[in-house]
Amino acid sequence: MNQDKRIRVLVAKPGLDGHDRGAKVIARALRDSGMEVIYTGIRQTPEQIVDAALQEDVDTILLSILSGAHGFLFPRIMELLKEKGLGDILVLGGGIIPEDDVPELKELGISEIFGPGMSSQTLINYIRENLSQG
Amino acid sequence: MELVDEVRKGSVRALAKLITLVENEMPGGVEAMEEIYPLTGNAYIIGITGPPGAGKSTLTDRITKELRRKNCTVGIIAIDPTSPFTGGALLGDRVRMQGVSSDEDVFIRSMATRGSLGGLSRATSDTVKILDAYGKDYVIIETVGVGQDEVDIVRTADISILVVMPGGGDDIQAIKAGIMEIGDIFVVNKADRDGADRLVTEIKMMLGLSSVEREWTSPIIKTVATEDQGIGTLVEKINEHREFLVKSGMLACRRKERIRSEIIKMIEYEIYRYLDSLIAENKDFFEQRLEDIVNKKEDPYLLAKKTVETIAKRISKNANV
Ligand code: B12
Ligand SMILES: Nc1nc2c(ncn2[C@@H]2O[C@H](COP(=O)(O)OP(=O)(O)OP(=O)(O)O)[C@@H](O)[C@H]2O)c(=O)[nH]1
Ligand SMILES: [Mg+2]
Repeated sequence: MNQDKRIRVLVAKPGLDGHDRGAKVIARALRDSGMEVIYTGIRQTPEQIVDAALQEDVDTILLSILSGAHGFLFPRIMELLKEKGLGDILVLGGGIIPEDDVPELKELGISEIFGPGMSSQTLINYIRENLSQG
Repeated sequence: MELVDEVRKGSVRALAKLITLVENEMPGGVEAMEEIYPLTGNAYIIGITGPPGAGKSTLTDRITKELRRKNCTVGIIAIDPTSPFTGGALLGDRVRMQGVSSDEDVFIRSMATRGSLGGLSRATSDTVKILDAYGKDYVIIETVGVGQDEVDIVRTADISILVVMPGGGDDIQAIKAGIMEIGDIFVVNKADRDGADRLVTEIKMMLGLSSVEREWTSPIIKTVATEDQGIGTLVEKINEHREFLVKSGMLACRRKERIRSEIIKMIEYEIYRYLDSLIAENKDFFEQRLEDIVNKKEDPYLLAKKTVETIAKRISKNANV
């Protein structure tokens, strides 16, 4: 009955991007793997996302974006996370993000970027492995 | 404890961490709650319950906004079910709380039931206490979407608000009497839809049928949460009910009953932990007894009695050290 610490995940959609299918797909897949998934809904400001992560005390933040605005929104989110003392949280990105942008995003502290065709199991394994190390 | 001190100083991070500590039953959780308990008693606790999709989250958002207009601070606990098959949960109440999610004086925590059946999670009442100690003026609890007898909310909140909606397919008859009885206030939400007035009448009739003599007549309020309609009236009624509870002495009464049932639960849980580890440590022994009982070589009542005796011995041994 004394449960292992449950993995808590925040799935967030920053900016004005309304493409929410992918975010919902990953939210369900992670729930089905036994994680507790907090879904914020669309149109989240970086401030809202970081506040949610803080209040919900999540282990990892998943940012889904298909609008092309990652170059502006991701740096802001990473900056706010550091400001609020959440700099060491595992952050992953995904959606439609061009290869060329990936190195820059990783430099900001985003651990990995996933795109269309990614299997849910890959993501589940990635989260489990990276959280058990940390 | 350092974490508790940080919470008292107003750290949101510490607040969130402390809730996790308690929710996951990590070492130090009980000790932290011992320090938290004396700091509680100032927050007013509002329970919001009702069938799935009735508008509980949207209403929570609007009520919170109204309370914020009066400069009151608010903590929200939003509960969603854990899947019994995978242990996972999708916590989506925040989606409908966008109006207050960027307000510094509002703290929202989503929680999964983790196997609890009463509409709340095991850690809910401790989380209420933590938010109370942190200094929130109001704590709002949104239960899981309830149907039958998930009525733990009455033992956790100062006021229980039952939210229903017209045309949910099932009329009020489908909502079991047990749930109807807990409403200090009834909200017919989605009053923009057909059938709201009929639903009000049905609830009135149902309440009229109850023979219990009451000092407080539960009002029925129509709201359109999405359009912010009826929210002012609802908050007025919440305050009116609060005054009634205070003046009649019922608030003190309710709170005493709450702590009584919490204490009993704590004791049950402590004893259960002994049982759990006893069985875990003596798996083969219990399997063998089971085999003998099935074959009528032993009787189950004796085993139960003996087990309780063993637990009692273990407890007293622990108490002596
Ligand atoms: C369906 C769709 C729509 C639907 C969206 C419905 C909805 N509610 O989601 C509708 C028709 C509404 C729509 C509208 C628009 N769309 Co559109 N749309 C698509 C389309 C065809 C498929 C997206 C999709 O749902 N895929 C299925 C899901 C399951 O996959 P996914 O989102 O990629 O997610 C998977 C992975 O990427 C990953 N993943 C996703 N997020 C994350 C996050 C993390 C952390 C991780 C680990 C993994 C992960 O996991 C998922 C499961 O495997 C794409 C093209 C494409 N092939 O991607 C264009 C596309 C995204 N749309 C595009 C555009 C331009 C628009 C519009 C602006 C069009 C317009 N001019 O009106 C509008 C904008 C709407 C808005 N408000 O944002 C462009 C974006 C261009 C860009 N980024 O530069 C695309 C790429 C089409 C294109 N090639 O031009 N669209
Ligand atoms: N028409 C109408 N729709 C409403 C009203 N209030 C809420 N809704 C919508 O009803 C749906 C459910 O609302 P929620 O607030 O999520 O309901 P809930 O009771 O919290 O749902 P669960 O937590 O899933 O049980 C959402 O799409 C809301 O936008 C209302 O007054 N009128
Ligand atoms: Mg809800």
